[in-house]
Amino acid sequence: MSPILEINNLYKNYGAVEVLKDINVSIDPGDFLVLVGPSGCGKSTLLNCIAGLEPISGGALHIGGRDMTHVSPKDRDIAMVFQSYALYPTMTVAKNITFGMTVRGVDPATKERKLAQVARQLQIEKLLNRRPGQLSGGQRQRVAMGRALVRDPKLFLFDEPLSNLDAKLRVEMRTEIKALHQNLGASMVYVTHDQIEAMTLATKIVVMKGGVIQQIGTPSEIYNRPANLFVADFMGSPAMNLIPAKARSNGEGTRIEIARNSGKPIVLTDARNRGLPEDVILGVRPEDIVEPDLRPGRYVQEADCVVDIVEPAGADTFVVMQLGGRQVTARLHSETAARPGNPHRLAFDLGKVSYFAPDTGQRLN
Amino acid sequence: MTDLAISPARSQRRTGRIALRWLLYTMLGLFALYYLMPLFVMITTSLKSLEEIRTGDLVALPREVTFDAWKTAWSGACTGVQCDGVRPYFWNSVLIAVPAVSISTLLGAMNGYVVAQWRFRGANIIFSLMLFGCFIPFQVVLLPMARILGLMGLAGTIPGLIFTHVIYGIGFTTLFFRNYYVTIPAELVKAAKVDGAGFFRIFWSIFLPLSLPIIVVTVIWQFTQIWNDFLFGVSFSQAGTQPITVALNNIVNSTTGVKEYNVDMAAAIIAALPTLLVYVVAGKYFIRGLTAGSVKG
Amino acid sequence: MTKWLEEHMPKMVLAPSFIAVLIFVYGFIGWTAWVSLTRSRLLPKYEIEGLIQYERLMRSPRWDMAMDNLFVFGALFITVAMALGLLLAILLDQKVRTEGAIRTIYLYPMALSMIVTGTAWKWILNPGLGIEAMVKGWGFESFTFDWVVNPDMAIYTIVIAAIWQSSGFVMALFLAGLRSVDAEIIKAAQVDGIPTWRVYTSIIIPSMAPIFLSAFIVLAHLAIKSFDLVIALTGGGPGYATDLPATYMYAMAFSRGDIGQAASSAMIMMMVVFAIVVPYLYSELRAKND
Repeated sequence: MSPILEINNLYKNYGAVEVLKDINVSIDPGDFLVLVGPSGCGKSTLLNCIAGLEPISGGALHIGGRDMTHVSPKDRDIAMVFQSYALYPTMTVAKNITFGMTVRGVDPATKERKLAQVARQLQIEKLLNRRPGQLSGGQRQRVAMGRALVRDPKLFLFDEPLSNLDAKLRVEMRTEIKALHQNLGASMVYVTHDQIEAMTLATKIVVMKGGVIQQIGTPSEIYNRPANLFVADFMGSPAMNLIPAKARSNGEGTRIEIARNSGKPIVLTDARNRGLPEDVILGVRPEDIVEPDLRPGRYVQEADCVVDIVEPAGADTFVVMQLGGRQVTARLHSETAARPGNPHRLAFDLGKVSYFAPDTGQRLN
Repeated sequence: MTDLAISPARSQRRTGRIALRWLLYTMLGLFALYYLMPLFVMITTSLKSLEEIRTGDLVALPREVTFDAWKTAWSGACTGVQCDGVRPYFWNSVLIAVPAVSISTLLGAMNGYVVAQWRFRGANIIFSLMLFGCFIPFQVVLLPMARILGLMGLAGTIPGLIFTHVIYGIGFTTLFFRNYYVTIPAELVKAAKVDGAGFFRIFWSIFLPLSLPIIVVTVIWQFTQIWNDFLFGVSFSQAGTQPITVALNNIVNSTTGVKEYNVDMAAAIIAALPTLLVYVVAGKYFIRGLTAGSVKG
Repeated sequence: MTKWLEEHMPKMVLAPSFIAVLIFVYGFIGWTAWVSLTRSRLLPKYEIEGLIQYERLMRSPRWDMAMDNLFVFGALFITVAMALGLLLAILLDQKVRTEGAIRTIYLYPMALSMIVTGTAWKWILNPGLGIEAMVKGWGFESFTFDWVVNPDMAIYTIVIAAIWQSSGFVMALFLAGLRSVDAEIIKAAQVDGIPTWRVYTSIIIPSMAPIFLSAFIVLAHLAIKSFDLVIALTGGGPGYATDLPATYMYAMAFSRGDIGQAASSAMIMMMVVFAIVVPYLYSELRAKND
């Protein structure tokens, strides 16, 4: 199966400023690719390049196997949904959806048929004669998707389509987009700064920072095996704990020593990871620091930690402590006996941890 | 402590406030009189006979209303050698204003569209240069324009005046449309590009339908400027092609014959009617046009 | 081919207007500047002779009068129009019930041609039949108001008519400015117990500084361009008493056949406008880019 989108060595400059550096991504038909990263990382620029709304400075771009590097947007067989929906304000919903077909000179019968099909799919049949100004946020979002659907494109592009919605509506529309993806089997490229959206929607995630790809992988890969400190910190909520530690190989594996400003350092033995340098950053997610008996496992190690803050949050209780000079969060159950100021026995699941080099930030294991 | 009783201090303040209110309305009323007085005088004078003017009072209502002055002003007053009244010159003004307003508005719309939504290198510099052209005193282009019009064979013609007004109106019309089109989101243009629309299609289908408010402002502004113009009119026209402002001045300042003040006033009112009417009907758009460029800068 | 056309279409659409402006504004200014440095009389000559036209200008008593008049007229017109406009704006800001109608009345003179304004005021100020006659008719036999024909006072009649025409516009500007002040600041001041007049002088008016500047620029511009009004009201007279640079230029260009003088006087007008407008535009552009 040949990729539906293939980007090779793409560079983009604005004058002297390099906005995208050596981007290489490809996705297969039916993939849901999410470009995620902080503001200014270049994800929207990359999307505009895929759409052909921005020219690229170097590299090649193929859609559906054809070289689209210099092709104008209307001939790339794509459709795009914008953050502000960008519905034509003086046209009815029906005209908004069929505008592209009108420009291409499609006959009225086909236009009617496709419009009806899309309207049914998105349940906007009753809105066809209204103007965008008369619609709610969620309805406008659907019309924008209708305009994209009716093009029957090879690739759907989404530019932060949910950022303008309130939290509840955002969750609803997210589910709708996911359902649409599953029902249509369409290939989608989606830009967001919200890493939860990325994790729930994607089949493949590209994490970007400063115009450079930090990691490409499935949500599971990104979550469990982040490639560097930035990805580890950016993805997942609450964020992964990144604790400076000292590592030393010994007979059983690696001796991990985490300093504490009150008392003796914590010592854990990692039987799985060897060959680590002396200075490491230990990455462990809050849900991998648990009550001792709740997680059996070969690599679980226990230690007593003095608890600073206890934050009940419904089903979980987050417990914050000081380790290695950093604030470390553990996710415990709501009936935990942890109390602020008291030491508490915690288990660290070293089978799920990541190690990073402090200087380069790169993953070590 | 009840506060049902109004203390003396409070009632004093209340009467003070009412007195201030009366003062306010009196002042506003006096100023209204100040602004209306000339119009009133023009109308009453135009309806008086010459003897009444000579013997009477400036602000008195006409003892006997006659429309003779109006008839003379329209078709009999002398503008130099000819005595055809202002009628032919009224139509000259119409022939100049309508095409000039239409063309300069259309050009302004397209230019504003380009500068607002199709950024290219140097677009802002070009716009600034065009904008600066609005501020020059036209005296500085009178002489060369006279020569060029002569070379083009348009000296003293209506098309020549239309040409002049269009050229020097483009700066303002472009400014108006550009300031308006800048507020339309760029994503709209992107969506249309993805839909396959090109430069003109996007203008026709998306921008133009949104443009009614700014078209009204621009047309009113341009019409007022062009109809009321005197400098270009008196410099670039000749006896048969003069606009009404020039004709009015000729009537009022003609040195031959008896000064017919009532005819002067009637002619002035005729000259003022179109723009006055536009102002009364669509005044708030006129104000919007005046303040748009100045307040925003 | 069509791809190139599509890509460059915006530039091609803007080009004709831009080229027109280059020629008919900047090219013409250049031409006038050139001619102002020559000995042109009835027809333009193109050999540069230096600043002789400007020297003639400086020596001409008529030009002296015109420049004097410009400063007198300009100063009076701008200050009184701004003061009057501000006063009217403050009055109208007091939640007057008939505000719309009153605003219409104050502003309608702006819709008139200056020729119409000049004609009307010429009649009103007519010594024998206008205000003077009217007041005399009321019994004040010794009342004189013959400014229009008095060489020393004639310029002030231009001031009166110009203020009548333009103060409404200044009022509209200031009213918009008064209303654009953040309502919450005013509420805070009122809660602090500051009296209304103090709110105006200490809070509102200072925050309107940019609008004062805009009004000044527009009024200065109007003053320098004043040509129609003078022609209609006094014809530049009596004698040359109400001459302004604009009327001087016109006379030189079309009646006297002295193109060199016309060009140099036009350039002086241009430079005065320049000196006022350019710093303003520059500071505006810089403020936007900051």
